[in-house]
Formats: sequence, C-alpha cells, structure tokens
Amino acid sequence: MTTTEIRHEVINILADIAPDEDLSDLKDDIAFRDQLELDSMDFLDIVMELRKRHRIQIPEEDYDQLASMASTVTYLEPRMVGLQKQ
Amino acid sequence: MSGLAAGIRLAHFDKRVCILERHSTIGGLNSFYRLRGRNYDVGLHAVTNATPKGMKKSPLARLLRQLRMQWDDFALRPQLGSEIAFPGIQLYFDNNIETLRSEVRRAFPKQMDRFDRLVREIAHYDDLDGAHAHVSARRIVHSILTDPLLVQMLFCPLMYYGSAREDDMDWRQFSILFRSIFLEGLARPQAGIRLILKHLVRRFRALGGKLMLRSNVQRFVIDQGRITGVKVEGGKTMEARNVLSSAGLPETMRLCGGTECANPKATGQLSFCEAIAILDVPPKETCFRHTITFFNDSDHFQWRKPKTPCDLTSGVVCSPNNFDYEEPLVDGTMRITSLASYNYWNALDDSTYRLEKLRWYDRILASAIRFVPDFRGHIIDTDMFTPTTITRFTGHENGAVYGIPEKRFDGTTHLKNLFLCGTDQGLVGIIGGLISGITMANRWCLK
Repeated sequence: MTTTEIRHEVINILADIAPDEDLSDLKDDIAFRDQLELDSMDFLDIVMELRKRHRIQIPEEDYDQLASMASTVTYLEPRMVGLQKQ
Repeated sequence: MSGLAAGIRLAHFDKRVCILERHSTIGGLNSFYRLRGRNYDVGLHAVTNATPKGMKKSPLARLLRQLRMQWDDFALRPQLGSEIAFPGIQLYFDNNIETLRSEVRRAFPKQMDRFDRLVREIAHYDDLDGAHAHVSARRIVHSILTDPLLVQMLFCPLMYYGSAREDDMDWRQFSILFRSIFLEGLARPQAGIRLILKHLVRRFRALGGKLMLRSNVQRFVIDQGRITGVKVEGGKTMEARNVLSSAGLPETMRLCGGTECANPKATGQLSFCEAIAILDVPPKETCFRHTITFFNDSDHFQWRKPKTPCDLTSGVVCSPNNFDYEEPLVDGTMRITSLASYNYWNALDDSTYRLEKLRWYDRILASAIRFVPDFRGHIIDTDMFTPTTITRFTGHENGAVYGIPEKRFDGTTHLKNLFLCGTDQGLVGIIGGLISGITMANRWCLK
C-alpha cells in the first residue's frame, strides 16, 4: 500500500466509525481529537478495525502514534507497505 | 438488550458469539408480546437518553457508533411532555431542560439558583471517573437544594426509572438518571421496543452471531477458576472462552453453583405491579395529554418495598400514544405502575392470584385517577403484570426490576473469564443496557 492508499484506508475506517463526521476537510497535521468528536471508545475502534481488516497488531503503548492522520500514516507505512490494496 | 449489544461488538470483530436466551422471545425486561390481537410493550415506558439526531457526544450517539447503526434505525419520537404531580403542586418537563427550569422558577422561585447549581454539577459529573460514586445522592442533593419538597419531587421519577436501592441511590446513579431523563429526554419508536430489538437481532445475525431462543442455561462448567463451558437445559454443554452474563449477580452466582449472594439484604427488593388499560379512544380524548405523570399523594415520597401488596401512595401513569408520532397508534393505551411486594404475590395460589390481580387492578386505577383524568369508562381490554411476572421473564430474584442495590461497575466476578453485563453491572434502561453490553465486551473480550 502506498501512503495515499493508507491515508484513504484510514479515512474509510473513520467514515465507518463516525458516519456523521465530515471527513472531506480533515487536516493531516492536526490531532483527530481536535477536529473530530471522537471519544476513547472510538479511538479503540481505529485500532480494532486495523486489526480486523489488515491483521495489524498495535500494542497499547503505541496508541499515541495514532493521534493525527500524519502520525498514523507514518506509523502504519512500514507495517502496511507489503499489503495489497483491498 | 445488553447481551445483544455485546454480541454485535464481538461478532463485528470476528469473534464467534452465541447468545443463549431462556425465553421464546428476546429483550428480557424490555420486551413485547401479543395478546388478543393487540401489541404490548413491557419494561420501560420510554427510551431515556433520547438526544436528537446529529448530537455526537451523547450516550445514544456513542452506542450507535459502536454498533455501526444509524440514528434512524431506532426511529425515536420525542415525548409530548410529562409531569411530576404531588398534592397541590406539579412540575411539568419535556426534552428541553429550559421547560423544567421555568417550572422550578414558577413553583420554587427561591430555589432557582440552587437548582441551576445542581444541574451544573450533574452536567459536569464524569461517571467514568466515578468521583463520589458511592456517596448518598440524598446527602449531596440536600446540600444544594434547601426545599425538601423539591428534592422529593425530583427523586420521584428518578427512583421509578432506575433505583435498586430503597429510599436513596448513589450519586453516580442519580447523575446518570437525572441526565438521561431531564437533560436528554424521553422518546419511543412508533412501532415500540420491538423495532429496536428487531434491528439489533438483524445486525447481530448479519455479522454471523448465533442467537438461540428457548435455551435456558442450567449451570456453568468451571475448572480451576475459569469457565470452560455452559450447560444448557435439556441440551449439550457448549464450550466457551469467555462468558458475559446478563442474568443478574445473584442469579449468575447460582449458575456457578455458589451462594455468594444468599444474603437477602444483598438482593434487590424493589418490584412493580403494572395495570394496562386499552381504551376505545386515544388517551388525549380523555384529557390525558401528558406522556407520563409521576404522582405521589403526600409531601414525602417513599421508595421502599411495600408492606401491602401494592403501594398506592405513588405511581407512574404513561400513555405510549402521547409521543410525537407521524401517525397515531391504533390502540389507546394507559399503563399504570406501582411499587409491589414480591413476597405477597409469590405466596398466592393460582386462583387467589387471579382474583387479587383483578382486585388490585381496580385499586391501582382508582389511585391513579386522583392525578389524571378518569379514563375508566373507556376501557375495552386489560392486562396486568405483578412481581412474579417479572421474575418469570427476567429470572431476577424477588422480581427485582433494577437488580441488586450494590452494583459491580467493573463487571468482574470471582471467575477470570466470567463478566456481568446489564442491570447488575450498573446501567439501567434501554440505552444503559446497550452501553453496558458494549463497554463490557470492549473491556474484557476485545482488548
């Protein structure tokens, strides 16, 4: 997966978790928490969906890496580089 | 309810889930039935925590996101407006807290600032943080409001809609209930509770979950501090890695073969009778225009197991017709709920039980019409449930509607892979039950 594809996949997951959010204007460098109304249960779901869809295990100590789109893509890139787009 | 929500979460994340339901229908306390060609709801009169579409931070919005469901799936229609009626004084409220504020200003002008302070404290209370969770709500509310009548009037609906403890509740429970009823609100789907249940079951099954009706769990199979399986009555033993039980704490302990909760003080004591009347007209034509009237016939509201078969000093009158529907309901229905004594109703033989139901049906209605217009001339069909009906359908000892007084908020038990969800984990109502199932599944089976 390319970084663009990874970003697209994270958007897909967010759209699934929070269907009422407008994601078209999402800023990559600003924390999700500051631009979306997501709570801790929703954040856990990003981790869970990545595990479900791509078999990626994210240990709890790495959850901070998923704060914004930019940091999420950076964190996921080496883990998803070998994956085919679904 | 809580089991279905937990099941949806687990099945969504590819766990193999089986829900065992002892009855031929789902829903437990919040269910439905058909009698002589008419549909009836049982359990709560309304869905609490009803926030409008688009509100993202409410419990309802959170649970819909967690279940990947849409607001429209629940099709909630707001109440028309309800009242708390004590002798010579009423407080009207709807799903906008400003209505209750203006009523408090009208009836208790000197308490207005204090009431606003109470609302602020509750709005900012973090029930996950749990500060003062076990402190007496009466103590805290009395430290803010100085008019005891206003305190009694506010406690009345909250007790009726969720207190498992006699005469008090803890501050956490009070805050959750106050928010769910006064700050968020009451609503109902036009098609009743069956609509919500139908959507939950459909979603669970679409994810590959297995729902087995008429499957009464006889006991848990335990080996070295863990459950290894579940023995179903008249059937096989099913293996299980984790078990979530919505049966209630004492009932769950019994399935473990233990007597941890044999202490009668630890079991719930509060139960209800409900008289249901079908009318030949919509209730508003009898001049009952409220969604719910909570009444009490003195300045002191008592929330205890009665010494008489039913406590006629207080009650709840609800019409499922009086919600803001697009189309009127087919039948006019009135439901009147009173506190009742499980011991009394449980001790009766069959024929006395039937006679006593008739006798107390009339008394419950006579008590209610002191506070609502007399609708009795319009009755064309009746039904009634008692504490023993509640035990039959929920399995709760003593017909305890809201379970045990001391909740297990973390859901843990003495077994490493057995967890509680539902009423005895600490959340009541339809939305509370669903959130309970979700949080317990997340915390103990998904992380």
